[in-house]
Amino acid sequence: MAIAHQFEYVKPGTLREGIRTLARYGSRAQVLAGGTDLISLISDDKLLPEIVVDIKGIPGLDKIELKREPARATVGVLTIGALVTFSDLRESPVIAKKFPVIREMTGWLASVGIRNRATMVGNLCSAVPCCDSGPILQVYDASMLVAGSNGKRKVPLNEWFVGPRKTVLKRGEIATGVAVPLPKKKHAACFVKLRRYEGEDLAQASVTVLVFAGNSYRVSFGAVAPRPVRGEKIEALLEGRELTDDLIRQAVKLLPEEIAPITDIRATKEYRLHMTGVMLERGLRAAVARLNGNGPEYGTSLI
Amino acid sequence: MKSKSTTSRGIRAAITLKLNGETRRVDVEPNDILLDVLRESLGLKSPKIGCEQGDCGACTVLLDGKSVRACLILAIEVDGHEIATLEGLTADGLTDLQKALLEHNSFQCGFCAPGVVLSATELLNNHPTPTEEEAKEAVSGNLCRCTGYKPIIEAILAAGRKR
Repeated sequence: MAIAHQFEYVKPGTLREGIRTLARYGSRAQVLAGGTDLISLISDDKLLPEIVVDIKGIPGLDKIELKREPARATVGVLTIGALVTFSDLRESPVIAKKFPVIREMTGWLASVGIRNRATMVGNLCSAVPCCDSGPILQVYDASMLVAGSNGKRKVPLNEWFVGPRKTVLKRGEIATGVAVPLPKKKHAACFVKLRRYEGEDLAQASVTVLVFAGNSYRVSFGAVAPRPVRGEKIEALLEGRELTDDLIRQAVKLLPEEIAPITDIRATKEYRLHMTGVMLERGLRAAVARLNGNGPEYGTSLI
Repeated sequence: MKSKSTTSRGIRAAITLKLNGETRRVDVEPNDILLDVLRESLGLKSPKIGCEQGDCGACTVLLDGKSVRACLILAIEVDGHEIATLEGLTADGLTDLQKALLEHNSFQCGFCAPGVVLSATELLNNHPTPTEEEAKEAVSGNLCRCTGYKPIIEAILAAGRKR
């Protein structure tokens, strides 16, 4: 027994070799890392690649590295390689210490059996609107690291997603990792995810909040638009202001201008819009409380 | 592990894996799913065919010590790796975890049992005395429609206390 569709399998030993294969086959090739998304799509005949390029033999893509690179607003850059799984992130001391909100997110992502195999970069490449990696990295102004026949390029995550399952990745290119700047200013964050049940489920809606000392805020949303989105109008409204009940009400009122939820098998658009407001309020309050040292521990569900 | 390999469609290629501690060679095609190869070519029936899309956890095996979905992995991907199934776990009799599951009458139909046992084994290997939250998280990806999980969680915690 096997998948009905037949394909060729190649496991390049170098990045160059992988890029060459991808350039030759173009859209007839699919990159395989964890495979939790890809293999089920091929099994269901939703993708029919001529060749599957397994990048697990390419050295150096399995690292989580924080490099000190002092700049104006950042102290360093975290690089998460294309082969880093969600379990790797969950167990990483650097993530727990410097990016606890990423660890918070991994605890509500699928199940251990999926997290052991699925990669964060793969999650960003499959680009489903309900992906959890997109919004969480958007608030950090992260960038995708892409390598192709014409060299390397960096794509800001805000430009990466085009629509459901569509990114700006070009023919012959491999996403080798994602670069996440570590802010210099004191900050705290919060990830809130709405699901139908405990255990593994895709997000019905998600809200990520990053708050800096001095009342600067970044917010993003998952599963409520064709792609993960930053809430720039809400950020502008909140900028420089202390969080009050009235300010939160004004922010929630702006939501229909930021997101465009739809009705599907997991939730109605009305429910998504309403709950995104509830989650934005709780996320803002929790992130600010965490900044002040009296917030809920990371990993505490707010919903 | 081979650093480079190309396998054409419809062509059978030999892969080598350590299966329950024993080195095995098996011929696979690129589109063969690990779950099918384990069950059909290698004769191990403990990984079950459930949803075949990674949701139910019935096909769980340990790949290099980590629980994974055998339905979402190509057999050719595990060339040079280690796979453990329930059959390997019981080679020297029941483990403390399995005894605890028996004592707590943790299963009814038993279809989810191999997956639950492997997920909980991985947990106990990494966290010998897990909390209730950790135990719940570990098996949350193994769907059980009989028990409501209570006796499963109790057994995992009891096995942890024995350590």
